[in-house]
Parts: sequence; structure tokens; C-alpha cells
Amino acid sequence: MRNKSTEETELIARIVAGEKELFHELIRPYERMVYLTVFSIVKNEADAEDGVQEAVISAYRHLGSFRAEAKFSTWLTTIAINEGRKRLRKAKDAAEDSIDEPTDGQEGDYTPAPLTDWREIPLEALERKELREALRRAVAGLPDIYRQVFTLRDLEELNIEETAEALGLNPGVVKVRLHRARILLQKQLVPFLKTAVPARRRFFGRAL
Amino acid sequence: MKLDCKHVWERISEYIDGSVDAQLREDIERHLEHCEICSAILDSTRNILILTADDRTFELPVGYSERLHERLAKEIESSGKDLKKE
Ligand SMILES: [Zn+2]
Repeated sequence: MRNKSTEETELIARIVAGEKELFHELIRPYERMVYLTVFSIVKNEADAEDGVQEAVISAYRHLGSFRAEAKFSTWLTTIAINEGRKRLRKAKDAAEDSIDEPTDGQEGDYTPAPLTDWREIPLEALERKELREALRRAVAGLPDIYRQVFTLRDLEELNIEETAEALGLNPGVVKVRLHRARILLQKQLVPFLKTAVPARRRFFGRAL
Repeated sequence: MKLDCKHVWERISEYIDGSVDAQLREDIERHLEHCEICSAILDSTRNILILTADDRTFELPVGYSERLHERLAKEIESSGKDLKKE
């Protein structure tokens, strides 16, 4: 980790000093992350791709203002979030409707779905395309505030603090939203898993 | 402390992230040893997260990277002056 960030800091310094072509290398490891971030907000492939291009160009233009104390990935994620939100606002203004979003209050049922005849998804089942498809649909269907936290934390695997920083939330709020997102997904996928996965008692003991 | 299922569910996300304190972790683990329902909920939630983090689940559009770098190349080419410092 240490080496990677040192290398990155040097790369940034060289780009700012004039070796602009190196920006391609700087951004390459984060292409996936930036796309998923923007997509989690705009929820549309074409818009997400346009948004990524704008965000990456914005990062390029403002690289001189990046401070080495910060983490480049978090800085870039923040730019991507802002770009996604800008697009979303435009789209919403155009549609002139506001979608009711849940708040962080207590309403809503965030208890997981019990399973009785199944312990763990066999590895082969995780390979099933239908399961991936069901998960994509379930994530897309999450309320925005939960999907965004879930995307940063569980898809992009940022930690709680980085997720909080990128979204401008406090870590406590991130934890609550993350918990609810995960439970909502568990509830939605369980009926699917029950029918898709034969009951089988094997323990893999995999650590996450 | 003896936990009931509801308490375990409330902390399941933090438990998965390893952010519960040692005492609570122990209580949860003791509960899981005898509770099939909570064990199944934990396993299913974990597996959903494994599947989520798998690159094949959320794929990028075909040609996405090429288009991005093409656009970027144009930008770099046209940006004659220094990068902003502000
Ligand atoms: Zn239980």
C-alpha cells in the first residue's frame, strides 16, 4: 500500500511538472471505480460514461490542486460523485418530478429474511449468471442513499471513513445506510437463492 | 450477555466488517453456534458481498476504457498550458 501511494504521488508530481501523457497511467487503476461511482448516481450506462469522461477530464485539469496528504482515490471519487449529482439534478429538473427518498429515520423494515433449509451458497451457485443478474437488479432497485453507500463500500471496497469522506457524510450515517442496504439486498435475494440453490449442508468457512 | 436473534441482525453488518468490540463478537459467535437461522442469514449476506465485489457481477460497458482514453488524449493534446493550481 505504502509503495503504491508513493509511486502515485511521484506520478502526480511528474504530470503536474509537465509529463501530461502519464495521466493515462494514473487513471487506469481507477477506471472501474469511477464508472461504478457515477453509475450508482445516474443509473444509466450512457450517462454514466459521459459523466466519467467529464469527471476524469476535470480531475486532469485540477490535478495541480490535489494535495499529497489526501488519498488520490478519495479525491477522484469526490469529483465523480459531484459530476454524477450534477447530471442527476439536470435530469430531474428536466423531468420536473422529485422522487421520494427514504431518510435515515427508523421507518422501513430492515430485518433480514430468515432461511431455514440452506446454510451457504455453494461456490458453483455463485457462478450462476442468473444470480449476478438478480443482484444487479436488486442493487439498481435500492433507494439512492443506500445504493451510493453500498457501491462505494462493497463494490469499490473503500473503507467506512473513505466512503464517508467521499459522500460528505459522517461515518455513523454510512454504517446505518450500509447495514440497511445489505439487509435489503439479503431480503431480496433470499427467495431467489432458495429456489436456485439446492439444499446442501457444506461449510466452506471462507472469510470475507 | 445472551443475545437474541434480533440483536444479532442489528449488528450483522458491523460484525461482517469486523467493527464490533471483542465482547460483542464473542456473544455473537456463541449465538451463531446454536442458531441456524442467524448463521444462514450471516452466510447469505456474506455471499452477497462476495458476489458484489466480483468484477464479473458489475461489468463495464464494452469499449468504455478505450473511449475514455481517447477523449483524454484529445484533452491532453489541446491543453497547452500548465495544469491549474488553485
Ligand atoms: Zn439467532
